[in-house]
Amino acid sequence: MPLPLSIFILVSVIKSAIVLGVLLTAVAYTVWLERKVVGHMQNRWGPTRVGPFGLLQPAADGIKFLFKEDLTPPHVYKPLFIAAPMMALIFALTSISVIPFGNSFTFGPFSVPQFLPFHYEMPFHWGGAVIGPYSIPFQITDVNIGLLMILGVTSMGVYGVALAGWSSNNKYSLLGGLRASAQMVSYEIALGLSLVGVLIQSGSFSLRAIVDAQGGHFWGFIPRWNIFHWQFIGFFIYLMAAYAETNRIPFDLPEAETELVAGYHTEYSAMKFAMFFMAEYTNMITVGCVATLLFFGGWHGPLFGPPLVQALLPVFWFAAKIFCFLFLYIWVRGTLPRFRYDQLMSFGWKFLLPLAIANLVATAIFVAW
Amino acid sequence: MPDNYFAGYLPILIHIVLVGGLATVIISLSWLIGERKPTRAKMAPYESGMAPVGDARGRFSVQFYLVAMLFILFDVEAVFLYPWAVILRDLGHFGLWEMLVYIAIVLVGFFYVWKKGVLEWGPAAVRSQAASGLRINLRDVQSGVQVDVRFNDQRGGS
Repeated sequence: MPLPLSIFILVSVIKSAIVLGVLLTAVAYTVWLERKVVGHMQNRWGPTRVGPFGLLQPAADGIKFLFKEDLTPPHVYKPLFIAAPMMALIFALTSISVIPFGNSFTFGPFSVPQFLPFHYEMPFHWGGAVIGPYSIPFQITDVNIGLLMILGVTSMGVYGVALAGWSSNNKYSLLGGLRASAQMVSYEIALGLSLVGVLIQSGSFSLRAIVDAQGGHFWGFIPRWNIFHWQFIGFFIYLMAAYAETNRIPFDLPEAETELVAGYHTEYSAMKFAMFFMAEYTNMITVGCVATLLFFGGWHGPLFGPPLVQALLPVFWFAAKIFCFLFLYIWVRGTLPRFRYDQLMSFGWKFLLPLAIANLVATAIFVAW
Repeated sequence: MPDNYFAGYLPILIHIVLVGGLATVIISLSWLIGERKPTRAKMAPYESGMAPVGDARGRFSVQFYLVAMLFILFDVEAVFLYPWAVILRDLGHFGLWEMLVYIAIVLVGFFYVWKKGVLEWGPAAVRSQAASGLRINLRDVQSGVQVDVRFNDQRGGS
């Protein structure tokens, strides 16, 4: 049963608000997790003072960022200086809008009294109206070009970085911004091409369709995820390109502290600085979502228990897989040193790009033969 | 969901509006709450405690422009591949061969770029570009010296 427009908009707003709330909380606790895990890897404790296990540290950080001096130096180009962190954050948070987290949940039918304004669309029943049953997917919206939408929006993120570097009018910022934009556009090609193999196999841009195509098992026990279904190399190209896209170690040259202070956000302070931080961690989560959806079967996993548990388990599996990705990110950060810039560029252009093309050609021949 | 093709995109619009509102609120809150005590040193460009010389509006390496141009070329290639990839099963052999020819042509361009030394950075860049005839000395561009385009001059080597 289709939703009436007013309820549809209301549901969209509620879903967006919930997703943003969960996402920003996840971002805050990813920062906490990173500090904690890297701390333990380096034989330290990480945050311990604010709350049990330092769990309130993100809240303390947020409050502190709010009360810090919001400095706009006179030498910057002010409109872009202010717009850059907003752009970074907006584009980072937008791409979540097409990501599905699970199947759908059904509610209703409910009886509602006559006085509600939308009774005219409802079938009459005992003098009141009946709503539903409605089936609401665990996704803000399911567009059939979901993957293209994500690629488009995430590639807009480079504007925030490049404009921040340029508008700061600081040499470190400029160099950091240039490096970041060159790196991000270079690895974007390998990233885009690594996904073509998955597209060939699933024949759709819709993330929901791509996940649905990965249901079932090989020989009854190996899940039919794309990583086990010939896209092994594609996944590793994606993983490496994604690390470079999110400017994480070992590809964090844009903010190489030893050379560039903080890179493109050297001149930023207070919440503007925090917004770049939030954008970076949001991008990490988005990248984890896309990897999970395209290569690790999305929310597919063993289902058991009563109906309510069965309805919520897919969301749990999805979150668990993303958590594994985030942990891998942090693990890599605690392990690997940084590339040199010429190594970074030649790795992207001379290794990942040809490998991605070879992977997609091999997949195409295999599928079309 | 109402039966309209664009109805599926309405939530994205709503989401962008919400996110934009959030970003605006964060930035304004920080601007309103944070205290301000500007000093002369605080307002200077941060250069690790050194007195800044000049500003950042100088020239930078031409390599970054080359990468940007290459990105556009190869990204357009990737965009060409997407719709083909989705309907490859329907196209069958014909579509496969068509696209293999296309990829081969793209690869020819890629190896030309590679051999020209555009993908080289660092010391190898200067050497290979001097050898292959790309004669803009990158170090001069970086240091802001007048760019001189050299013809048949071996000074480009390191």
